[in-house]
Amino acid sequence: MEKERHVLVIFPHPDDEAFSVSGTLAIHREAGTPVTYLCLTLGEMGRNLGNPPFATRESLPKIRKKELIDAANAIGIEDLRMLGLRDKTIEFEDDEKLTSMFTDAINELNPSLIITFYPGYSVHPDHEATARAVVRAVERIEEKIRPKLQCVAFSNNCIDELGQPDIIHDITGIEDKKVAAITAHRSQTEAMVLDWKEKFENQDADFLEWIRKERLWTYKF
Amino acid sequence: MKPIERTEVQNAIDSFAGQDVYLHLETTNGAYATHVDEAFFSAGAYIRNAYIQYEHGKIIGDGPYRIGLKLNIGWVYAEGVNHFELDEQGRLLLAGLDFSGKLAVSMQLSPTPFE
Ligand SMILES: [Zn+2]
Repeated sequence: MEKERHVLVIFPHPDDEAFSVSGTLAIHREAGTPVTYLCLTLGEMGRNLGNPPFATRESLPKIRKKELIDAANAIGIEDLRMLGLRDKTIEFEDDEKLTSMFTDAINELNPSLIITFYPGYSVHPDHEATARAVVRAVERIEEKIRPKLQCVAFSNNCIDELGQPDIIHDITGIEDKKVAAITAHRSQTEAMVLDWKEKFENQDADFLEWIRKERLWTYKF
Repeated sequence: MKPIERTEVQNAIDSFAGQDVYLHLETTNGAYATHVDEAFFSAGAYIRNAYIQYEHGKIIGDGPYRIGLKLNIGWVYAEGVNHFELDEQGRLLLAGLDFSGKLAVSMQLSPTPFE
């Protein structure tokens, strides 16, 4: 993996980072590269409250805030910024306000790499709105000095339309940190991770491929 | 939250009647429903901190329950409600959790604005 000056990660929900690029980010951190994570919301609208429920609509954001901090610690992220927007409202925010939030962060941090979702291919309206705003912010930077923009895509049509991802990071050897990051988001992932230990023990090929390969597409302006 | 106890919920509904309260009302099938099943029609609605006053309200059914509030000039209702909590801030939090425990509907009343 190329050594970066500074990696800026921008996602709307706690746990977006864990599934998509937590291994990649952990590798950057182990190389001593600073990583800043802008997380726009606290996932207030999450539908998982535990089964039986241990959270309510009102306590969920407080729980998820703690989980996000734990996940950032598991990855080694030292600069976690919670932007205080509200889950499922990002696309209704003022577009220019979002863009300038990201422009300000880029100007402050001077990242060599920015990671977000791929607009058009990331399913959730918050992912899409975040991605569009990041693209607008990066697009405004003069091409010569523009940071790289790498995007996460997972819509059903993403391979058909974008082709295979041009960046695949094999995070073998650092899975523990990724699993710790995902597990940290307990309210959302508790049921999902139940059989993971068994899958690791059985060397489940599909599972290992899924957890070890982090796939990104370079954004085409 | 715990499974609905009808009398307790009815008493809480009665205690808020005739005074100004803040309402949170939400239905959701999740933002990924159509991603998982392209034939699924995704719909939902959300209102937070509507400032209302109702004349009376009722919880009806054998569970999951329906809850309706009669306003001076309108109505609020929710169906599929099966869990509740009276929290330390004096709020009545009602929720409908689906068969896998995921939130499908939420209806909440509070004397102070929701954060
Ligand atoms: Zn998300």
